[in-house]
Amino acid sequence: MRAFGLITGLAAGVALAFLALPIVAIFAHTSPGHLIHQLSNPVVRDAFVVSLKTTAIAQLLIVLLGTPAAYLLATRRFAGHWLAVTLVELPLVLPPAVAGIGLLAAFGRLGLLGGTLSALGVSLPFTQAAVTVAVAYVASPLYIRQAIAAFEATDPTLADASRTLGAGPARTFFRVVLPLARGGLAAGLALSFARGLGEFGATIMFAGSLQKVTQTLPLAIYAEFDQDFDTALAVSGVLVVVSILMLAGLRLGLSWQSSDSKTSTSLFGLSSSS
Amino acid sequence: MAELRLEDVNLPLRAFQLELTLAVGATVALVGPSGAGKTSVLRSVAGLARPARGRIGVDGDVWFDAGRVDVPPDRRRVGLVFQEYALFPHLTVRQNVEFGGKRLAGELLERFRISRLAGQRPGKLSGGERQRVALARALAREPQVLLLDEPLSALDAHTKTTVRAELQELLHGLELPVLLVTHDFEDAAALAGQVSVLVDGKLRQSGSPAELVARPADGFVASFTGANLLHGHADGSTRVRLADGTVLAVAEPASGDVVLAVYPWDVTVGVEPPHDSALNVVAGPIRTISELGNRVRVTIGPVSAEITAESLRRLGLRTGQPAFAAFKATGTRVVAVPHSGTVS
Repeated sequence: MRAFGLITGLAAGVALAFLALPIVAIFAHTSPGHLIHQLSNPVVRDAFVVSLKTTAIAQLLIVLLGTPAAYLLATRRFAGHWLAVTLVELPLVLPPAVAGIGLLAAFGRLGLLGGTLSALGVSLPFTQAAVTVAVAYVASPLYIRQAIAAFEATDPTLADASRTLGAGPARTFFRVVLPLARGGLAAGLALSFARGLGEFGATIMFAGSLQKVTQTLPLAIYAEFDQDFDTALAVSGVLVVVSILMLAGLRLGLSWQSSDSKTSTSLFGLSSSS
Repeated sequence: MAELRLEDVNLPLRAFQLELTLAVGATVALVGPSGAGKTSVLRSVAGLARPARGRIGVDGDVWFDAGRVDVPPDRRRVGLVFQEYALFPHLTVRQNVEFGGKRLAGELLERFRISRLAGQRPGKLSGGERQRVALARALAREPQVLLLDEPLSALDAHTKTTVRAELQELLHGLELPVLLVTHDFEDAAALAGQVSVLVDGKLRQSGSPAELVARPADGFVASFTGANLLHGHADGSTRVRLADGTVLAVAEPASGDVVLAVYPWDVTVGVEPPHDSALNVVAGPIRTISELGNRVRVTIGPVSAEITAESLRRLGLRTGQPAFAAFKATGTRVVAVPHSGTVS
């Protein structure tokens, strides 16, 4: 027993040290003062603005289109349901480089929709819009998956109760379903925001790495690290801080959700034969 | 008073078809074992389930007419109280009630004595309080019919008696058709003037609680209303022979395999055989003695008798002791031939 305890303890120690070391190393090289100083570096500042703007717009698109999609997938069963769910989850496992190629093949000048887009006077690749599209494509599954789970976890009896109390489907959604699922939705948003902020592969293929236009924080790290390692470290530091904040927010969101759903539940809506 | 009508309603469920015609004027209790389709009836009336055939309406309003009319749940004025009450956990008691309608909310909070809880979330309430909130919310909707799904099953035995009395009072004062669902005959008898027994999606019998007890249509209804069921064989006379050889007298002649219903409150218990030879007697050791408040159930052979706690002490009855259960021939009803009905 003692040997077992020792071995597990040792293995856990090694694993945790391994996970912590890169983070510690980044901050060992960059003092907080240097970190803040680097924020005035035009490369860093531009990348920060591009990242924030594209990620924010991508998140908005993800929420506006992903929420109804998740609600539909959570509450309806139809032919091809599994196919739709697979499609939603695919970007999660797809190598980002493949996502980038796919986006080019779809929206590029010679792509599937390229002709249509250029007829409308729109050229997507290597623009800031392209960054947004790439981020939305890669980050959306994290939100949609979490949202499906959140909607599935809300008691269908409560939606039924709302309907019998005179609320139509829309009022039921906004006054009952959405407030009950909000913790899960917030958690999904935090996850997909973090993923979007770190997007690299699909972005560099579909949007390139142009300072002030398409160069996001991860792309700036890549561009800087063989010219000015310190700047690369500082940008990394910024991203670590943002990621930690996101994780904290995620935990908060999840505990919010679970403390709310510990109330009356019933199998009323699940069974039609009782 | 308005009338809720279900005509030829036919709803396919997993194991069977629900087929029902029912008119609800005052309070009707739909009783039956779990899985009989009771809740599905309420869901059909509320618009949460769509029957394959039939019509559902209240007075002049048609809510459902298969293939022609299907009014969505939010446009049917139905007050549905769900089994576990389905209160919105993220809203306060007041917001829950106001969700049904603002006009009567204040008055209903007063009437159901939940004003002092108005600012609380449902998670903090007791079972009885939750039920009052659920009722207030359903009535705030100003419904044309009130539907109650197992209104007492979520409560513990102690709370149940109080809440049942409250509910009884409320239902008497309501000028609404009320359809309530329960698996407990005693609750149904306490709350409703008419009891309809639903088994496997079909109505077995409808009538006042007293009628169901006096003239149960079959063995199921008899056992549901609390009767002892005795299986035996008759040969055209008024005498029925049980499997153990005991011969019992019945009121009307019967033949073949029969089921007899005897109510526990019609049975007396003694330690000596009764002198009156006109009585039916079952003899044997006392199998169980269980006390239910002031009443005691004593089981001798296949027969349970209900006696007072006082009689139990006076007779000094103990489990295992030889005793005699006696009951009149007029209280021994022939209710069904076992193979002709589907007694479940």
